Amino acid sequence: MSSSTTTQERPLGLDPEGTVHVSHDHHELGFLRKYIFSVDHKVIGIQFMLTGFVTLLVGGLLAMGIRWQLAFPWTEMPLIGKVLFPETGGVATPEGYTMLFTMHGTVMIFFVIIPLLTGAFGNFLIPLMIGAPDMAFPKLNMLGYWFWWPGIVLIAMAFGAEGGGPAAGWTAYPPLSTVEAAAPGSLSGQNLWLLSLTFVGVSSMMGAVNYVTTIVKMRAPGMTLFRMPLSIWGLLISALLQLFALPVLTAASFMQLFDRVFDSGFFTPPDVVINGQRPEELGAASGGHPILWQHLFWFYSHPAVYIMVLPAMGFVSDIIAVHGRKPIFGYKPMAYSMAGIAGLGFIVWGHHMFMSGMNPTVGLVFMTATIMIALPSAVKVFNWLGTLWGSRINLTTPMLFACAFVSMFIIGGLSGIWMASTPVDIYIHDTYIIVAHFHYVVFAGSVLGIFASIYHWFPKMFGRMMNETLGKIHFVGTFITTNAVFYMMHQLGIAGLMRRTADPYAYETYAHLQPLNQFISYSAFALLGFQIFFVVNFFHSIWWGKRVGRNPWKANSLEWETPSPPGHGNFDKQVEVYRGPYEFSSPEIEEDFWPQAAKV
Amino acid sequence: MSLLKSFFFRVFISALFLAVPILGVWTFVTADDHGWWFPENVSSYGGEIDYLFNVILTMVAITFVLTEVVLVYCLFWYSQKRDSKATFSHGSHTLEMIWTAVPALLLVFIAFSQMGAWNAVKIDMPDGTEADEPYSPDRPMMEVYASQFDWRARYPDEEGNFDGMDVVETPYDMYVPVDTKVVFRLISRDVLHSFFVPKFRLKQDAVPGMEIPVWFEATAVGEYDLICAELCGWGHYKMAGKVHVLPQDEYDAWLAGAREELRSNGSLD
Repeated sequence: MSSSTTTQERPLGLDPEGTVHVSHDHHELGFLRKYIFSVDHKVIGIQFMLTGFVTLLVGGLLAMGIRWQLAFPWTEMPLIGKVLFPETGGVATPEGYTMLFTMHGTVMIFFVIIPLLTGAFGNFLIPLMIGAPDMAFPKLNMLGYWFWWPGIVLIAMAFGAEGGGPAAGWTAYPPLSTVEAAAPGSLSGQNLWLLSLTFVGVSSMMGAVNYVTTIVKMRAPGMTLFRMPLSIWGLLISALLQLFALPVLTAASFMQLFDRVFDSGFFTPPDVVINGQRPEELGAASGGHPILWQHLFWFYSHPAVYIMVLPAMGFVSDIIAVHGRKPIFGYKPMAYSMAGIAGLGFIVWGHHMFMSGMNPTVGLVFMTATIMIALPSAVKVFNWLGTLWGSRINLTTPMLFACAFVSMFIIGGLSGIWMASTPVDIYIHDTYIIVAHFHYVVFAGSVLGIFASIYHWFPKMFGRMMNETLGKIHFVGTFITTNAVFYMMHQLGIAGLMRRTADPYAYETYAHLQPLNQFISYSAFALLGFQIFFVVNFFHSIWWGKRVGRNPWKANSLEWETPSPPGHGNFDKQVEVYRGPYEFSSPEIEEDFWPQAAKV
Repeated sequence: MSLLKSFFFRVFISALFLAVPILGVWTFVTADDHGWWFPENVSSYGGEIDYLFNVILTMVAITFVLTEVVLVYCLFWYSQKRDSKATFSHGSHTLEMIWTAVPALLLVFIAFSQMGAWNAVKIDMPDGTEADEPYSPDRPMMEVYASQFDWRARYPDEEGNFDGMDVVETPYDMYVPVDTKVVFRLISRDVLHSFFVPKFRLKQDAVPGMEIPVWFEATAVGEYDLICAELCGWGHYKMAGKVHVLPQDEYDAWLAGAREELRSNGSLD
């Protein structure tokens, strides 16, 4: 492999502190090749991250729109109202509200969480942590990033599509999504949505192929599978999930696109009368079934939930071990439980469909599988606690966010048991308790895991530390407001409040819930506000943060053997792996860490 | 000075994490006072569903408090500066076995304890053979049509036909007798909808192309919100209906009156 040639060309030992680039020796790249059309996995990872920040802001603002409408229905929405609803002077319209939550879900899942976890950190960390000079297919990797962009452009165009943006929910259930008459005035918005997701899917697929190949084929000498950091296990398993599940979503999206553009009728049953029209009279085929879409969609989108959390679980495990100065408790059970979650993840999709009209007997099978998926999740939580027990915790910002991940994943995991239970689901299905549950997993879990990871790996990315004081303010504000927003949604759900309802207070059942919704909305606005500390810290630290050496956290894994930031080709010396990644506080040596690449 | 600062920071962070289980439990305990709890149950099977919710809640709450408290303990106790190294341990096979087997048994117990209620609500439909079960999926009391954005109940004629002249149709409002196992067919004319009556603990999607049998038995006379629970378009939020639960004799009188009115109207044209 080329690692030996590139690393040997480098002068060794010139850069013991690792504070200086060693990359400008052989070929100096122009700005365009270096920062824009780069094939370097680290640059691509950072590109994914910075783009992901922009989409995160968009998705967050859409969430604020939803919160405004639920707190103060049909009043003028500040800031974003004028942009989204110019024709009504900033007041949400019913179809506009539908678009808000459709796009919030779509943007957050396909343009924020998955790209940040797999695109940004997958790219940045995999070669560094396994001791490879780059990805197996660097050009494919670049293409993966640039295939994301048509997706972004298309989804941005969908906001301004004629007749309004996509408004069938992020789940896009037909016939609402497939028959234009079902949403009067809507024209191309849903088509753009489907095309956009196809591009995102292809982008993810290119990444997944790369991650699996790189992890399987390009590990440094001595890096056996069970010496890989858990971050790599999480990324490997989520890449495998993408490889198996994404084709189904892509195929299903094309079927829906065919229904919309070529009137194919995969999901349109016979004899429906939509908005006074029969699709058959308009020349469309029928004879399909709407539930077919739900099966195909959830066959992808349930594993996607695990794609959205497994890498974060891996990152958090690594961060807890490093900042707790203690080996991971039960390394193999941690890896096996991730595999268990992934395996079971493929046979639980039906729990989204308990009320769908699917044969209720099948529901019992899905219920049992779904309840059992709590088991590997529980094993993970116990092992995190086992790792913390007897540790020597440094209360750094990454550690605080990692512990917050554990605290909140407990809540998100436990509330899942209600959803799995079919009879209880009859009542809570599609209520706010579901919204609370998946936000505890995907926001309070994955996004806080992403924050932990950014604070932890920022020194490696940019060679400078982030400011700890700003980081801690960001943490405290985020921790309090996140719980205030999402915990109280359980209460809304138990009181029966439905999600996706533009103005719930017209119902007698919900009228008394407005003050609670206002409290949640104020907390959500504060949650967004606290992110200013993060943004300022991040961009300030890129240029003015304190410079660091190779291994500021005294960690063991291979990425800390490289200069900060690592140059092209990553390693300026041969690395060989002698032990697992979690030999912290070993009694055999004096130091409390023992790098994987240290011979003795 | 910095030692003091770090002590206060440890206490502050631990308190922050400890607030999660404390406020979390407090919120659930006081929820009923604020109307943040289940609305009153008025169906025969709703009590069972609430009971199962509470069984899971109990188990979940215990796990929640225990794990969060252990987390807080670790955060507080192990974050103090010490001269010694951390415990060097890669795990414990015994502990792994215990905390795999115990939750596994609990989860299997949860799974099996749910099946009866699900069977009763969704699988085992009343078969119309007994005196208090006059209806069955083959001979339902009514059909409920969902369409953008209204509900429409259709009551068959005396022979049980839904295509005769004497089919009573009521938009938005439906009338059912109390203490009777009501069976109806749920049908959508256009897109997906979902029939949700919170106080009955009943939810079922309406799917175009399918006729889904649904049953419930209301236990108290009154008017109850019927809410669409599946996104069905721009007017989803206002797809409201009312289920009027009447004493049997009032229900009979209402149906007879409605049929009579229909006949007299029908004779006019």
